[in-house]
Amino acid sequence: MPVIKDVVCSLCGCLCDDITVTVEDNKIMGVKNACILGHSKTVGVQTHDRIKTPMIRKDGELVEVTYEEAIDAAARILANSRRTLSYGWCSTSCEAISKAIQLAEETGSVIDSTANVCHGPSALATQEKGNPGATLGEIKNRSDLIIFWGCNPIHAHPRHMTRYSSFSRGFFTPNGRKDRKMVVIDVRKTDTAKRADKYIEIEQGSDLLLVTALRSAINGHEAAIPKNVAGVSKAEILGLAELMKNSRFVSILFGMGITQSRSKYKNGDAVSSLISDLTQHTKAIMMGMRGHYNVSGFGEVATWETGYPMAIDFSKGYPYYNPGETGANDVLVREEVDAAIVGAADPGAHFPQKAVRHLARIPLIQIDPYPNPTTELADVVIPAAVVGIEVEGTAYRMDAIPIRMKKLIATEFKTDEEILKDLIVKVRELKRGEVTCQSY
Amino acid sequence: MKIKANLISGRTTKQGANLEAKTYKSYFEACSYCELNSVDLDKLGAYEGNSLKVTSEFGEVVVFAKANDGNPKGLAFIPMGPWANTVLNPDTHGCGMPGLKGVPAEIEITDEKPLDMKSLMKKYLEN
Repeated sequence: MPVIKDVVCSLCGCLCDDITVTVEDNKIMGVKNACILGHSKTVGVQTHDRIKTPMIRKDGELVEVTYEEAIDAAARILANSRRTLSYGWCSTSCEAISKAIQLAEETGSVIDSTANVCHGPSALATQEKGNPGATLGEIKNRSDLIIFWGCNPIHAHPRHMTRYSSFSRGFFTPNGRKDRKMVVIDVRKTDTAKRADKYIEIEQGSDLLLVTALRSAINGHEAAIPKNVAGVSKAEILGLAELMKNSRFVSILFGMGITQSRSKYKNGDAVSSLISDLTQHTKAIMMGMRGHYNVSGFGEVATWETGYPMAIDFSKGYPYYNPGETGANDVLVREEVDAAIVGAADPGAHFPQKAVRHLARIPLIQIDPYPNPTTELADVVIPAAVVGIEVEGTAYRMDAIPIRMKKLIATEFKTDEEILKDLIVKVRELKRGEVTCQSY
Repeated sequence: MKIKANLISGRTTKQGANLEAKTYKSYFEACSYCELNSVDLDKLGAYEGNSLKVTSEFGEVVVFAKANDGNPKGLAFIPMGPWANTVLNPDTHGCGMPGLKGVPAEIEITDEKPLDMKSLMKKYLEN
C-alpha cells in the first residue's frame, strides 16, 4: 500500500509536517502522527459531508447547477455589487489567496481574513510596538520558560506542546518538560492549565492590568504595584517577574484570551513592551497561537501585494486599510456591503448575530469543500478541492515559515485558485465587455 | 431563578474535530452547550443535559448545561460556533474585532430545546 511520509497537516497554525498517510485506489486508508483535529480533517475528505456540486438558490432552495452556471451567477453578483465583502481565504493556499486579492481589486471590494475574529488585534499590536518573535524551532531548542497566556493549546493546537514547546526535547532542553517551566495565565483552569507548573487565574478582561504590573516589577518599580492586580496577588506577580528574569529564554505564547477581550490590541501591544523590558535581563519572545493553518499566509501575501495584512478596502482604487472601519465585521454590522463572497471560512458559524443577519440579507457566494452554517445563507455555492489533501500549495506556519503542502489523492473538484481565476475572467467580461479567457 | 454570568467563548477539541462536519450531530453536540461551575448549576437547579436559556443584550440562545469546575463561579463558557455567537457582542470597538469574550449574560433553566444548526441559521433568513 503506498505510504506518503512527511505530509503537512492543513488544520491549525502548527502545520505539523510529519504526518504519514496511506493511500490505496485514491482513498486515504490510514493516518499516523496527526492529532484528533488533523486526523478528522484528513479522513474527513472522504467521510464528512461534501458540497457535491455547484448550487444556486432558487425559490429559497439550493438547486444543483454546473460549475459554469455557478461561476456566471457569482460573477454577476460581484459585477452588480456597489460594495462587496470578500472574506476568509485562510484554509487555502497562498496561491489562491493571491487570486482572491486580485478579484477583490478587480471588483473594488473590501477583503478581510479570518484574523478578523482571531489575531487581527495582534497584527495591530505588532504594528504599534513590533513583533519580537522566533521560529517554533528556536522555542523548541532554547526556551526554558513557556507562558501560555489566554490560550488552550491542548484543545486548539493539540501537538504544539509535544512538537514545539512544553514537552518537546530541544538542543538546550534535552530533557524536555524537565528542562522547562510552564506557566498558564487564564480566566479558567483549562486542560492546559492543569499541566502547568504554575497556573495564574486572572479576572476576565484584566490582561492589560496584569501585563502592566509585570512590567513594573521587571523594571524595578515594585512599590507601584497594589496588593492585588487583576485578581492576582502582588506576591504572585513578583514571583512570576523573577521567574521571567531568571530564565534563559522566555516564550509568551498568546491566544484569543488576549485578542477578543477588553483592551483588544492594546493587550498585545503591552505584551510587546513587556518583551522589550524583559530583554534587558534575558532573551524573550512573543507569538500569537494562530488558528487556521494559513491565516499567517494571508497576512504575508496581502502585505506583499497591498502593503496591509488584512481588512483591505479597494473601493478607492488603491489599497486602503483601517480595521474598525474596513474589517469584515465592521462593514457587515454597519450594513454597508451589498454582496459578499466567502472562501475557505465560515462566518455563518463564527461571526456575531448582527453581522450574520446582514449576510443573510445580501447576495452571498460561498466557495468551500464542506457545507456549513454559511451554506444555509448562501445564494451561490461552489464546491472546492481540499488544499493539502487533494491539491498542493503553500501555507505559512504560525511563525511565518512557509511550508509546501502535498497532494495526496486526485479529485474532480476545481481548486480555489481555478475558481477564482474563472471568476476574475468572468467579472472582467461582464464589467468591461472584455473576453480575456487566458489573460491571467 | 436566574444567575448573572460573564460569558466567554473559545475552542475545544471536539469543536475543532468537527470544524468540517458542521452538518453532523457531532458538531451540534460539540458546540451547543454552556459550561458553568457546578455551584452555579446548583443555584439554577440544573443538571448536566438540562436546557439553559442564555440571554444577553444582543440576543438569546438555548443550549445544554454542562458542569466544569475549572470555571470560576460566575464564568460561563460556550464553545465557539453559531450558538455562542447568537449572544456575543458584535461591536468591534474601532479595531475590527467583535466582543467574543466578556459579555454580561443571564442564565436560567428552560423547557425549550436547543435548535440544530440548520434551524438556528434559518432564523437569520426569516429575520
